[in-house]
Formats: sequence, structure tokens, C-alpha cells
Amino acid sequence: MTAAQAPAPEPLASIATRIRAHVVDMCAGPEGGHLGGAFSCVEVLTALYFSVLKVDPQRPDDPARDRFLLSKGHAAQALYATLAERGFFPVEELAGYGRPGSRLMGHPVRAVPGVELPTGSLGHGLALACGFALATRYAGGDSRSFVLLGDGELQEGSVWEAAIAAASLGLDRLVAVVDRNGLQLTGSTERIAPMEPLAERWRGFGWAVRDVDGHDASALADHLAAAPWEPGRPSVLIARTVKGHGLPFLAGRTASHYVTLSERNHARAIRALRATDAAS
Amino acid sequence: MSRATRDAYRDTLLPLLDSHPELICLDTDTGLFSADHAAAAGEQYLNLGIAEHNLMGMAAGLAACGRVPFVNTMAAFAASRALEAIKIDIAYNRLPVRIMATHGGLAAGHLGPTHQALEDLAVLRMLPGMTVVVPADAAATEAFVEQSVRLTGPLYVRLGRKPSPPLPASPPPVIGQAQTLRQGGDVVLACCGPYPVLACLAAADVLAGQGVEATVLNLHTLRPLDTRALVAAARPAALVVTVEEHWRNGGLGGAVAEALAEAAPTRVLRLGLPDRFVDAVGNQEYLVAYYDLTAERVVRTVRTALDGAARRGMTDRKDTST
Repeated sequence: MTAAQAPAPEPLASIATRIRAHVVDMCAGPEGGHLGGAFSCVEVLTALYFSVLKVDPQRPDDPARDRFLLSKGHAAQALYATLAERGFFPVEELAGYGRPGSRLMGHPVRAVPGVELPTGSLGHGLALACGFALATRYAGGDSRSFVLLGDGELQEGSVWEAAIAAASLGLDRLVAVVDRNGLQLTGSTERIAPMEPLAERWRGFGWAVRDVDGHDASALADHLAAAPWEPGRPSVLIARTVKGHGLPFLAGRTASHYVTLSERNHARAIRALRATDAAS
Repeated sequence: MSRATRDAYRDTLLPLLDSHPELICLDTDTGLFSADHAAAAGEQYLNLGIAEHNLMGMAAGLAACGRVPFVNTMAAFAASRALEAIKIDIAYNRLPVRIMATHGGLAAGHLGPTHQALEDLAVLRMLPGMTVVVPADAAATEAFVEQSVRLTGPLYVRLGRKPSPPLPASPPPVIGQAQTLRQGGDVVLACCGPYPVLACLAAADVLAGQGVEATVLNLHTLRPLDTRALVAAARPAALVVTVEEHWRNGGLGGAVAEALAEAAPTRVLRLGLPDRFVDAVGNQEYLVAYYDLTAERVVRTVRTALDGAARRGMTDRKDTST
């Protein structure tokens, strides 16, 4: 039996705001978190889990499921919040993030329902997802494999090893999304190791490429639902995003990379999210 | 008849692919599979190009979806270049990937330190859940490849490059069980890999002629180490000598010393490659002789240690009497 496609009874933007609020709560915990990179990919995760992916939280091991990997594993808080909102585990469990006794580690681990494979060291996800897609081809299935890459992560050579293999094998059930927030730990990707022209680079490696506003969950969902865009080619969606998007005092700032929110800033952040939600 | 262990692997795998549709062979353009071999394997063989991290990652992804990949690379590239993918993607997830690592030890010969692997056993045996084996000849390779079908976790198999001689006929080795090739109560010669095992067998003959009886223990499985067999062999012995094509630290000698220090403290002397990169040019046999991983060295090591112990024993007695 194929897993049912998830209904989207409420606007994706509202779900995204709730996911951000969970991340803010986790970043106010003792360990803080990778807030900026978690926030920049919230709409991507929302579009995937609430519109695109064929997954069933009650049957996370359904062999016919679509598979997703968060290759930029440091955005674990966003993934955990998304999985909890989607029903893979209770939302209340998020309060334990990073604390003794919790299964919510700072990078995704298989102990968390819905996590396919652990990630965290950059440059691993694309090759793993190639393996998923190849397995699907061998099995004669029609499921798809999705992987979310950071833009700084593209500096890892192993990404391009996998990019070559995916195109060479014509893995068109493979879809990558690049969270193009333009910032890495210490500053601008373009200052540290220029990525542009990014779309041309991927095209040169044999991929079908599209570019989208990475904070427009509906547009993201439309593009992702339509993949493969070119038969015989893997697809990569470059999601133009802002690190820390949604929090005026952190958005677009390098300092958003890793944040432990004080009580005051936690309250500010929640107020900002409420205001965004009310305006949308 | 001499035969390369890597050829034995390939020739054993090909028919297994037929009977086990879940098996798949992924290559990194190593050349081990000719066009004919690839054609025989059909869709179950893929040459992914020269990209070892990608090889391990894709294999892990496939294994997570129920396939059992055999991946071909050289030991040097598996144990260092692709190590992180082996550690995180394969070992951490306990996935049944079979890492078939050719050019192990000094097998790369004149190709030099970039292609030699003198650290692989130390590195791989550190990884939780990894099974690490070193077949000593083609027959052992066949046995291990066939037995791997029943293994649930990851497996590292160190293979050679050129033909190496067969061991004297003995029952096929079993993964995880030390192979006792000769029984003797005075010393234990613990070894792995084609040339070290042959050197130990020859050394045991010479020692027997001198009145020293040696157990020759082929510890082809470094992890999980057959500690029970090792301890049983070591208990009556005055000395354990380990012999391997590996840097002296961390490999078989390290594994044996760790096990015996805890379970049955025994003097352990480790013969392997000195703590430096190979600077000699020559084929595997030449380098084995150059670095003196020979029967003569094993005999010399045993005699020196036993004679020294005997002298110390006499001194001790003298000391006690005065």
C-alpha cells in the first residue's frame, strides 16, 4: 500500500510559523541552537512534509515512502519541529531538546521517528540520497528521494562527487534543495568561497535546475511536486532564503548562526513571530 | 597454485549475484572487473567513477533500503580518504556494506606509500560493529565472501593485488574464529595475511627442529577478535609473537596485546613495519624481505626472547640463593 499524501488543511505559512516558534523555544534552552540555518529552511521543510512527501507518521518505515535527508544536519531543530508537527512524535518532546534523557540530539539521529539516517558532518547527504534513489530504481518503485543541502555545505568536495554520480546514473527520482541563505558560520559564502553562478554550476554537472523564493512555501511545494523537471536528470531547487528569516533582530545576520536566546530575546522572538503570523 | 585474493573475491561474487538479487557491486574504476565481468554481473554491477566518499555514501543509502553492496576500492583509500563516510554512514548505522579493499599492506609494492595501506587494520578495527578480516589466501577469500551473506553488519576485507601462495590445505576459515594451523605449547605465533602466515608456518618448522614447539594462530579476523582461542593458546606459552603487514602500532599486534593484557598477561612481541613511511622500491615480496617480515626474523625473535628469559631465570635463581 502506498502511503497517503498528506492533506494541508491549514495554510503552510501558519505551520511554518509554529515550527519557528518551536525552534525559538529550543534555542532558549540551555544548549541554544543553530537558529539562523534552521529558520532559513523552515518553508522548505514545511512544503515537503505538509504537501509533497508521501510519508505516513504512523508507518515511518513504509517501504514505498518518499525519503528525505537533512544533509545540513545542524538545522536539526527545524527538522524535529517539523516532524513533531507532522505527527511523527509528540510536540511536547521538543522541550527536551539537547537535555539528558532526550533522544533529540543536536544533529539528527535515527532514534527520532522520521529521521532516515544521521547527518551533521557536511557533505554526506547527497551521496546517501543517491543510494536511496538508486535503490528505488532497482526496486522498480516510483517514490522520490529528497535532500536538503546548505549552501556553505557545497564547499565540501563530496557533494560534487555525488552530483556527478547522480547525473551520470540519470537519477531523476532524486531531488536536491539548496538552502541558499548566503551565509556560513563566519560570514558570506561569496566572501569565503564564492558559489555563484550556482545554477550554472549545477547545470554544468548535468542537473535540471530551478530557482525559487525559499520562503514561499506554496511555490516551493509546486516546484517540488513537479520534479523530475527533465526526464533522466536529477533536479536541484535553489531556494533563495534569508538566514534567521522571521526574526528582525537576527535575519540576514552572521550572528544568527548559533544562538542561545536570553529570556528577553526569547520573548522578542515570539512577539515577532506572532506579528508575522497575524500579518499573513 | 598462487592466486590473487582480489581475483578470488571477484570470481566468488559473480555467481553469488545470481543467487542473491539483493547483492550489488559498486566500483570506483579499480579495473578489477573487466568489461566481461561487468557484463556477467549485469545491472548488479556499477562503476561509479573515482570517488571513494561517494562510493561509501551511496552504498550506505542502498543498504538502508535493503540492498547489500560490495564496494571496490583500495585499502589506502578506504581506510583514510573515505573513512568518515565509512564511520558515519556505514558503521554508525550498522549497515551491511562489504568494503572490499585491495592493495592491502605492502601489496601495492613499488607504487609506494600513496597506495600502500599500513594503517587500515588499526583504523577499521576501531569502528564499533565493524567486522575486519584479512584472508591469507584465495581459498580463505572465497570462504569469507560466501560467509558474508549471513553477516548483518558492515565488513572490511583486506585483499591483495598480485598472486600469493596458498596456505597448506586446512579447513576453510570461519569469520570470527581463529584458525589454528599448528599446535605447540612453548610459544604462539599470531599472524594474519598471506606472507606473515607463511612466515610463521616456516618459522614453526625451524623452531620445532630446535626443540621449541609453536602454535601458529591465523587471526584472520581482527574484529571481533577470537579472544577465547588466543587466550587458550597463550596460557601455556612463554611468549606471543605477532606478525603482520602493517605498521607495528594498532593492528594485529595491538589487538593481541590489548586482549592478552586484560585476559592473560603474556609477553607480546610485535613484528610489523617500522614507524615510518616505506622508502624502498620493489614488489611485495621484495618489501616483505626488505622489512624482514620473514621466517628467519620470527625464529630470531623467539630465540632471543626465550634465551633472554632463560638467562634472567638463572640470574633470578642465583639472586634468590644469595
